[in-house]
Amino acid sequence: MIKNGTRLQSQVCDTQVIVVRSADSLDDLRAGGAPMIPIGEEKSSDASLDPAFSDGTLMGKRYVDENGAEVLVTKAGVGSLSVGTTALTVKEAKPLPASD
Amino acid sequence: MSISLLLEMAASSDPDRTAVVSGDMRLTTGELSSLADGGAGVIAASGAQHVAYVGTGGVMLPLLLFSSARACVAVTPLNYRLSPDGLRELIDRLPTPLVIADAEYQDVVAGAGKQVISSDEFIESARTAEPSAEFPDPDDVAIVLFTSGTTSRPKAVELTHNNLTSYVTGTVEFGSASPDDAALICVPPYHIAGVGAALSNLYAGRKMVYLTKFHPSEWVRLVADEGITTATVVPTMLDRIVAALEATPAELPTLRNLAYGGSKVALPLVRKALQLMPGVGFVNAYGLTETSSTIAVLTPDDHRDALAASDDAVARRLGSVGQPVPGIEVQIRADDGTVLGPGETGELFVRGDQVSGRYAEIGSVLDAEGWFPTKDVAMLDESGYLFIGGRSDDTIIRGGENIAPAEIEDVLVEHPDVRACVVVGPEDPEWGQIIVAVVMPSQGASPDPDELREHVRKSLRGSRTPDRVVFRDELPATATGKVLRRELVDEFSRAREEQERSAAHARSRKD
Repeated sequence: MIKNGTRLQSQVCDTQVIVVRSADSLDDLRAGGAPMIPIGEEKSSDASLDPAFSDGTLMGKRYVDENGAEVLVTKAGVGSLSVGTTALTVKEAKPLPASD
Repeated sequence: MSISLLLEMAASSDPDRTAVVSGDMRLTTGELSSLADGGAGVIAASGAQHVAYVGTGGVMLPLLLFSSARACVAVTPLNYRLSPDGLRELIDRLPTPLVIADAEYQDVVAGAGKQVISSDEFIESARTAEPSAEFPDPDDVAIVLFTSGTTSRPKAVELTHNNLTSYVTGTVEFGSASPDDAALICVPPYHIAGVGAALSNLYAGRKMVYLTKFHPSEWVRLVADEGITTATVVPTMLDRIVAALEATPAELPTLRNLAYGGSKVALPLVRKALQLMPGVGFVNAYGLTETSSTIAVLTPDDHRDALAASDDAVARRLGSVGQPVPGIEVQIRADDGTVLGPGETGELFVRGDQVSGRYAEIGSVLDAEGWFPTKDVAMLDESGYLFIGGRSDDTIIRGGENIAPAEIEDVLVEHPDVRACVVVGPEDPEWGQIIVAVVMPSQGASPDPDELREHVRKSLRGSRTPDRVVFRDELPATATGKVLRRELVDEFSRAREEQERSAAHARSRKD
């Protein structure tokens, strides 16, 4: 299982994430339809953005799947996040007042 | 994740936004980020394994938090109000530290036998240093803070990168602040709220305006001049702001949220503050150093609902610390460890990723399931609102009965002649401990001790009536408003011993 705190990048857009809460499902984490790879690793030249996964990622949003996995977008991009072909959803947070 | 990433995200999404205003200095997120890279270079070149900071904060706090993170060493902002000996004692407990001190504290740390540089030198060198940006392990310690040590030797609380970033990402939405939002920060840098403010406001995208030496009129001026929208104060500051506004009424048109916390705020003060600042949303924040700042929040709506409520249960919530933040679980336990239900009073245990519960030299005090004993007496109401009833160490055992001083203080402080009060339990040969109420009278009032005792007797059981009421012009307290109960107890115990000695002396003379 991928380690909490691992930083991943998309091969087909600018998206970068950090794994906040890992689950086995994240082994098949994709952005823009292509597998995400550790930051610094070389992107595959034949990967291309899948139009079905091109809604984009939002900077600073947390995305979750049904298995309890959670990733935080540290850089936004035009591809959207999925596990396999199941899209991740934005974790909606109740706004809290500033407290410190 | 590392706290460095919080700054990296802020700087990459909006590098030209003003991040910090401190005196004459203004830094954008981009400038703060490059300065932190340089600062990391300065720290790395020093060979230090730890960074200690002695000073009043301002831009130095966020700068040192991020510089240290990027140099992969932990940082400790120290209480600059401590005596030179007190400071040296704490510095000696840190592994090979680089000590960075504001000019006015240079002399104090000069004799500590450590590598020392001034804050100005640090900033100057950071501007030209070879930048460094390492990535610490998320489970590495990012910050070590000393507890105030009001009852015992200060403990060195270790907060990891994960503890801190869990708190920030779990309670703050990235970039959620409006472009014209500004936070006024006057909590000291060595306090967990100071650390929390530097991280969470940066992440929210809110300009941070520092007031390093608190003064109420300066605070009011800055709110107006910098268009402050949110601020956080400790109880003593709230008290002084309220007094200043009473003396010279001022409009605070931009201020939307005023958070208070750090230690308990007496209800009469909360009510007066609400009345004086009707347009401001009040936030009561409860947290501990060991929990990476806030774990429960009483929101502005909670305050308004409580004030307007006809239902007693809702009205009472004005004195609660609200509901736990996301990611925090709470339990109230009896002395024997049984988990208690709503309405029952016991000790508060908390659990969550932001909870450290780990100390240098001691290790982790979390139990097998990860619960942290806060040592705070607490109760949850039917709707999950948390009520804090003081430290369990302060519990008075009088004639075999457990008495929480907070219960008596809450009643006493509602008397019009009482400005502030603290209840302590010095040892007593007959009762084990007795109840002594130390009262700071309202201006111009000279309350009668028996009338105050009667006032308590009317609301609480007879066994909770103070045995003695003594008066003081002020109560001994830390700069952040924690009353130094120990000092009072010691004083009363000494006085009793003195009395016994002179009584024995008188007896022996008669013999």
